[in-house]
Amino acid sequence: MSTPKAAPRTRRSSKKDGASQSKTLRRDRFQAWFVHHQITAVESLLRLLSTPLQSIMTWLVVAIALVLPATLYVGLDNAQQMGAGVENTGKMSVFINRKARDSAIQGLSKRLLSKPEVARVRLISPSEALAEFQLRSGFGSIIEHLDSNPLPTVLLVEPMLENADTGTLAQLQKNILKEAIVEDVSIDLQWVERLNYILVLAQRLVMALALLLVLGVLLVVGNTIRLAIEGRRDEILVVKLVGGTNAFVRRPFLYAGLWYGLGGGVLAALILSAGLAWLAGPIGHLADLYQSEFRLRGLDWNSSVSLILGAGLVGLSGAWLAVGRHLGQIEPK
Amino acid sequence: MIRFDNVSKRYETGYEALSRVSFDIARGEMVFLTGHSGAGKSTLLKLIMHMEKSSQGQVLVNAQNLNRLKASQVPYFRRNVGVVFQNHQLLFDRSVFDNVALPLQIAGNHHAEVARRVRAALAKVGLLGKEQSNPIMLSGGEQQRVGIARAVVNKPALLLADEPTGNLDPVLSAEIMDLFQQFNQVGVTVLIASHDLALVDRLQKRVLTLGEGRLIHDGQLETRLGNVDA
Ligand SMILES: Nc1ncnc2c1ncn2[C@@H]1O[C@H](COP(=O)(O)OP(=O)(O)O)[C@@H](O)[C@H]1O
Ligand SMILES: [Mg+2]
Repeated sequence: MSTPKAAPRTRRSSKKDGASQSKTLRRDRFQAWFVHHQITAVESLLRLLSTPLQSIMTWLVVAIALVLPATLYVGLDNAQQMGAGVENTGKMSVFINRKARDSAIQGLSKRLLSKPEVARVRLISPSEALAEFQLRSGFGSIIEHLDSNPLPTVLLVEPMLENADTGTLAQLQKNILKEAIVEDVSIDLQWVERLNYILVLAQRLVMALALLLVLGVLLVVGNTIRLAIEGRRDEILVVKLVGGTNAFVRRPFLYAGLWYGLGGGVLAALILSAGLAWLAGPIGHLADLYQSEFRLRGLDWNSSVSLILGAGLVGLSGAWLAVGRHLGQIEPK
Repeated sequence: MIRFDNVSKRYETGYEALSRVSFDIARGEMVFLTGHSGAGKSTLLKLIMHMEKSSQGQVLVNAQNLNRLKASQVPYFRRNVGVVFQNHQLLFDRSVFDNVALPLQIAGNHHAEVARRVRAALAKVGLLGKEQSNPIMLSGGEQQRVGIARAVVNKPALLLADEPTGNLDPVLSAEIMDLFQQFNQVGVTVLIASHDLALVDRLQKRVLTLGEGRLIHDGQLETRLGNVDA
């Protein structure tokens, strides 16, 4: 009875020993692997720094290719900020034919007010409009010399806020335009909307450009890595002969690609920040002249980090492409 | 340890460098591979290292059939085979120490362990004082010994050498052969390709002789001395 009890116990304990032993071994291996990564990373960087001219050239090429789309991105971001500053009230200015009689105008005003989607209607007579224009524009003295008031009567139509979606507003605008005495209807929203469409278009263009330039970076880094691989051919052969895995052989080149990318990204962020700082002053003055609170928004911390990491990723990918294409061809013979 | 079973090797050029070669090398043996230049000695060693694949027949190393070895397993297989090949010699962009350390680093050893084993290997080949030298500063015999240290540093069960004494004078050659014998005495299986018949003869080991890609002799040298040298 005692033997079958004892046997599993010893077996279990020996199994446990083996497991913990192989666990230490695995931990050691992992540590060594990790240390090797660190060493390779540092060595790859030192290797780049040992040929400073070539490395700086590569970094500059990467940086320039990144600065271009990044600048456009910052420009877009600022344009969006400008657009967002405008209230989307959906207010409509209804321009009345100058020959229209007052009674007709009053009638229209009432009819508009009775519509469920309209909240308020304000009538601005030509003289009121002129007075306001004189006050705001600074062209006061010129206008004083005009024989007759060139401004039409305007009905300012404010839609119910909850109904102020684009579809309803467009329908309302159409309906008002059908009125006989109405010359034109403009919605405040329109230019904001147009700006947004333009921004979407611009965004896509920037994306396409960025894609092309990223492809360029990929090829530049890939080619640089290809040359590095050729330069270390003997070493690769020996490493493969003494049992280096593909991962081991790849590693220094992948790190080199990463460094090319990261370095280019840092350089791009610096160039961009310097450029934006240079432009911020004049743009601030310009905005002041237009009584605008607008200020040039630079590259914030998050975007800078994204730019640098993204560049690193592109560099790494470029290296990966080169390594995939060229390392396989180098086999000891 | 090594088993060739009707192995033929035809290169892409169509040239058949080995034809139907069969032999067995037991664990712990020391064997020489001779034959005139172009007989197929290097080709045979390359088959064992899986640097070339056999066109026909089976190559078994350490009971592993190399025909069935996956590409991802090749590096791990090679870690158990030490090689001293003439054309895959030392890297001159690093010290003797780093040259010898390479197989250990590749295998993922801890650096304290690497340092210990590299020193042991260099001590074995009598180059302990030259750790930090660049191999380009060393003599031909010393370089060859660094190569041997690199081949044995991770204690492979099998050691292959292709013309390890090719460019060395007789005294240095004898020293190198002594080294191989010492490794063999501690249990390493050793296979050395050499056309230096005088040297091979002196050691009285089993000899495989290739001629035109065929195995034309297997055994001690006396039985066929003068047969090939013509
Ligand atoms: N990669 C190769 N492609 C084509 N032919 C080769 C190749 N390697 C060797 N050979 C040919 O195979 C024959 C045997 O070569 P090798 O094994 O190097 O002989 P050894 O080492 O005995 O001098 C030679 O005729 C050589 O020209
Ligand atoms: Mg040869």
